[in-house]
Amino acid sequence: MSNIPDTGRNTRITIRLVILQVIVVSLLLTLGGRLWYLQIRNGQQYQQKAASNNTQQVVTPSVRGSIVDDRGVPLADNETRLVVSASRTDLLKQADDGQAVLTRLAGVLGMKPQDVMDKVRLCDAQTPRPCWNGSPYQPIPITDAATTQQALQIMERREDFPGITAEPTAVRRYASPNQANAAQVLGYLGPVTDQEVADSAKTSNPLLRSDQIGRSGLESAYDEQLRGKAGVTRYEVDNLGRVIGKAGDTPAVPGDTLVTSLDSRVQAVAERELDTAMKEARQTYDTITHENYKADSGAVVVMDNHSGRIIAMASAPTYNPNVWVGGISAKDYKALTDAKSNYPLLNRAIQGQSAPGSTFKVVSTSAAVNAGYDINGAYPCTQSMTIGDRVFKNFEGESFGDISLERALEVSCDTVFYGISYDQWQKDGGTDPKHPKDWFYKTAHQFGLGAKTGVDLPGEVTGRVPDRQWKKDFWDANKNYWCATAKAHKKDKNPPLGIAIAIENCPDGYVLRAGDSVNYAIGQGDTLVTPVQMARVYAALANGGTLYEPTLGKAVVSPDGKTITPIKPKVTGHLPDTPKTLAYINKALAGVITDGTAAWKFGGWPQDKIPLHAKTGTAEVAGKQTTSWLDTYTKDYTVVMTISQAGTGSGGAGTAIRRIYEAMYGITPDTPQIDPKKGLMPTPVATLPKVNPDGVVVPASYDVPLLVSPTGSHTADAGGPVPAALTPTRTERLLYGRKYAA
Amino acid sequence: MSAHTYSIRRFTPERSTLGKLFARDSVVRRMDWLLLFAVALLCGIGTLLVYSATRNRTNLTHGDHYYFLIRHLMNAGIGLALAIGAMVIGHRRMRGLVPFLYAFSILGILAVLSPLGSTVNGAHSWIVIGGGFSIQPSEFVKVAIILGMAMVLSARVDAGDQKHPDHRTVLQALGIAVLPILIIMLMPDLGSIMVLASIILGVLLASGSSKRWVVGLIFAGIAGSLLVWKLGVLSKYQVDRFAAFANPALDPSGVGYNTSQARIAIGSGGLLGKGLFHGTQTTGQFVPEQQTDFVFSVAGEELGFVGAAFIILLVGVVLWRACAIARQATDLYGTIVAAGVVAWFAFQSFENIGMTLGIMPVAGIPLPFVSYGGSSMFANFVAIGLLQSVKMQRPMSA
Repeated sequence: MSNIPDTGRNTRITIRLVILQVIVVSLLLTLGGRLWYLQIRNGQQYQQKAASNNTQQVVTPSVRGSIVDDRGVPLADNETRLVVSASRTDLLKQADDGQAVLTRLAGVLGMKPQDVMDKVRLCDAQTPRPCWNGSPYQPIPITDAATTQQALQIMERREDFPGITAEPTAVRRYASPNQANAAQVLGYLGPVTDQEVADSAKTSNPLLRSDQIGRSGLESAYDEQLRGKAGVTRYEVDNLGRVIGKAGDTPAVPGDTLVTSLDSRVQAVAERELDTAMKEARQTYDTITHENYKADSGAVVVMDNHSGRIIAMASAPTYNPNVWVGGISAKDYKALTDAKSNYPLLNRAIQGQSAPGSTFKVVSTSAAVNAGYDINGAYPCTQSMTIGDRVFKNFEGESFGDISLERALEVSCDTVFYGISYDQWQKDGGTDPKHPKDWFYKTAHQFGLGAKTGVDLPGEVTGRVPDRQWKKDFWDANKNYWCATAKAHKKDKNPPLGIAIAIENCPDGYVLRAGDSVNYAIGQGDTLVTPVQMARVYAALANGGTLYEPTLGKAVVSPDGKTITPIKPKVTGHLPDTPKTLAYINKALAGVITDGTAAWKFGGWPQDKIPLHAKTGTAEVAGKQTTSWLDTYTKDYTVVMTISQAGTGSGGAGTAIRRIYEAMYGITPDTPQIDPKKGLMPTPVATLPKVNPDGVVVPASYDVPLLVSPTGSHTADAGGPVPAALTPTRTERLLYGRKYAA
Repeated sequence: MSAHTYSIRRFTPERSTLGKLFARDSVVRRMDWLLLFAVALLCGIGTLLVYSATRNRTNLTHGDHYYFLIRHLMNAGIGLALAIGAMVIGHRRMRGLVPFLYAFSILGILAVLSPLGSTVNGAHSWIVIGGGFSIQPSEFVKVAIILGMAMVLSARVDAGDQKHPDHRTVLQALGIAVLPILIIMLMPDLGSIMVLASIILGVLLASGSSKRWVVGLIFAGIAGSLLVWKLGVLSKYQVDRFAAFANPALDPSGVGYNTSQARIAIGSGGLLGKGLFHGTQTTGQFVPEQQTDFVFSVAGEELGFVGAAFIILLVGVVLWRACAIARQATDLYGTIVAAGVVAWFAFQSFENIGMTLGIMPVAGIPLPFVSYGGSSMFANFVAIGLLQSVKMQRPMSA
């Protein structure tokens, strides 16, 4: 023992221990270096990873802004409803893909199991509606009208309803104030598509998968303003997705409130009167087709002359806009889109087009004056006019001798306009035109026809001015078919109408013929207009010639009420008439009320206090009954109504339009008595509704009750003896034709 | 003992208890206080980290936030008692106990293989004894092998018969190590085998055995690993761990999940960390096994580079002190024991921190004094007791 050195070691051991120490130090340095690399060098990158790792976004949908009328009465707002929705992801996890659960759910909700299952299937090319068009990861609403009882049943028996939730949700409500439905104007909402989500991703307000967006009407046109901005709450979650804290909160911003120029009460009257007029037309016998008028569809537009703002716009047939809320059922969707439905989704005020008939004569008059025809001249109103081998008759073959243009408008004499138009056509070179002036077509374009008015609603159609360019385009598009048909029926001695047209058009269908020009001058033939286009034309006649862009939106109010962005009237053009011509036409159209084609419907009208102007129109449609047009205006308002297959302008729409004016001005029906206090809108609404400091638009409290008239009959409105002025003198002609003063 | 006490009373002047405690040759004076201080700091930091990692893990804590905190402190307390025990008995006197200790640990790991054992995270290396406690006998094998090999290797050198251990002695020493390694391979507990291999290397290195043994053993280890790999002895989870180490992107939600989440936790800590109890990865329980094998990721995330580097520094202090003790030991036995502990702690710390940093494959090995776990804590403290004993030993001739 004693021979061992005190240190207990020799050199080899010392070296070995040094080696051990070196290894230890290098291992620790390696760790330190790696630690520096991860934390200091790449720390930023890992911090981002950690942040995305442990946060989950929960989207709070924004409350959609309301659409209110000119006095702040909500036309579309939100209400809290119990929404029952199903998660596809959860349902598909179940053995039977959730069939049992959905069947049970159908039982609780009192629905057919198949209807429930249809609602949760995904839309694709083969799947008919109803189907789910939104994201498959998003809860699909089954119903938004669950009762508290039903919701409790579902939520208390969670184990029986895996994947089903019932919770209160803000859903759209179309309130129909004063029974103003305005379905097509308001539009509806639908779930977003994947494409829309992708397209909006880079915009300032990207769409979320759960969003509903406007699919039609004002909901679509002002979607961006109404939609608001969804709130995003970022939660810190653990590895199992359990929430352990809040990382950030961007509150949802409610949508803006859209103040419109629509007036719910005038809208209600307009809708009711259009409906009544159509019902009455269906009670009326048509001597031409020998059956009652069908009056299958119609539209009415009430416009403010000084701004182009639309006070009422109704389209028939209509529907209840609330059917869209919470997803439409198969039955409802079929009812709205079926061929038998006559397409109530169409807004015929902007999407319905037909020939304007004699209401077009204001354009022809302007064209004639501008073409150099004497405004004070006398023109022959003969029974008929023969051009080549075709006879163009005056309405019912009447003749008035040589009359002024004013009188020609009042009595709506066709042959006067035939003559001028034919003369102009010849001046332009007839079938072999040399630098034609085309006054009649040019003027129509200047009146804003054949083009969209720019109304703030989606889907507006252009109508058509059948000028030389259109004729050529149309022939180019159809000549192959026409010529093939003509060739096939070469030997046909007496071909049916369609084939005869083909044979006639094949060689030179692009030529603007005399017949085209003559028919065109009285608003027949290939001309197509929409009610909103005609409303703008007549409003321009009333306001001194300014064409406004028709608008429904009047102002956008921010949710806090602090920012009110007015939507200003926009001038898009001017009528090509001199003030003298306009005054002339005004006088003539006032005469239509007092001595002309509409006089039989406006007996006793307080013309001295509220001068009313009108032009009737009866457009012929091949294979159908005539389309009724009545375009009218006062100093402030224009009212245009058209009803398909309802006879003459005055007969079809006269009373209805009179009732609308009476309600607006406070006139006792069928009398000259005016009480502006009883009027719904004796003068245009100039101010915006009051906005509370909390951003809520205050609905007006009306002191004037809405005039309730029994629907279904206009004659009942009079209530009492029919005034003498209205007594029909020539019953047959009054009902189906026009009244011509002696 | 009583005789010894008598002699002190007889020949030395009367001293107060405190005075005795701080006498020049007293236990208190000769102990390595720096070592103890570093260990205490590691334990303290470990307690906070374990608490931070477990206070929200209700599925583990049964609703008691302090479940792991209390048990960790209890483990540390028992560990400290064991350290004192080991120190008092002394590594030399323990020589007589080594056969029993060795036999006990062999029985322990055999018990794990019997129906008594249970599998945790793929490793069949535990005996659950109830009350939330379980024993991992392979931890005690580490101590037994160090003492056993040191005894065999040093006996004839310390006796002055040999300058260095001869081949026969080395073979005898290796024979001691082979049996437990074979048993542990059956579990299989790859982590423990790797630690035992490093201990054997450290022990042989410090014993002054021929370098051919040291180098040869390294090559044998590499060849053995390859053979094991090719023969498919490793279970799937172990191969997966290595595959994920080679390419963490292989399966970020499966095998690579653990390492990638640990790396995100550490990397996102930055220089100063997110603050104790404020780590999002830790609070969100994104790193599995965070209180045991991945405890270093808590430090990395919540204490940042400064805190994590401090832990490495403390481990460095422990190893520095252990190296110094090995150098200063008065006999080869003490040197080998201390060097064995150095090899053990060094490899285990490197492997543990290295795997959370993504530079070592994942193996179920705790970080000494920091990770939660009784067996490991006890074994570590016994080792500290042995180190203190080596530090305090006087030359045998005295």
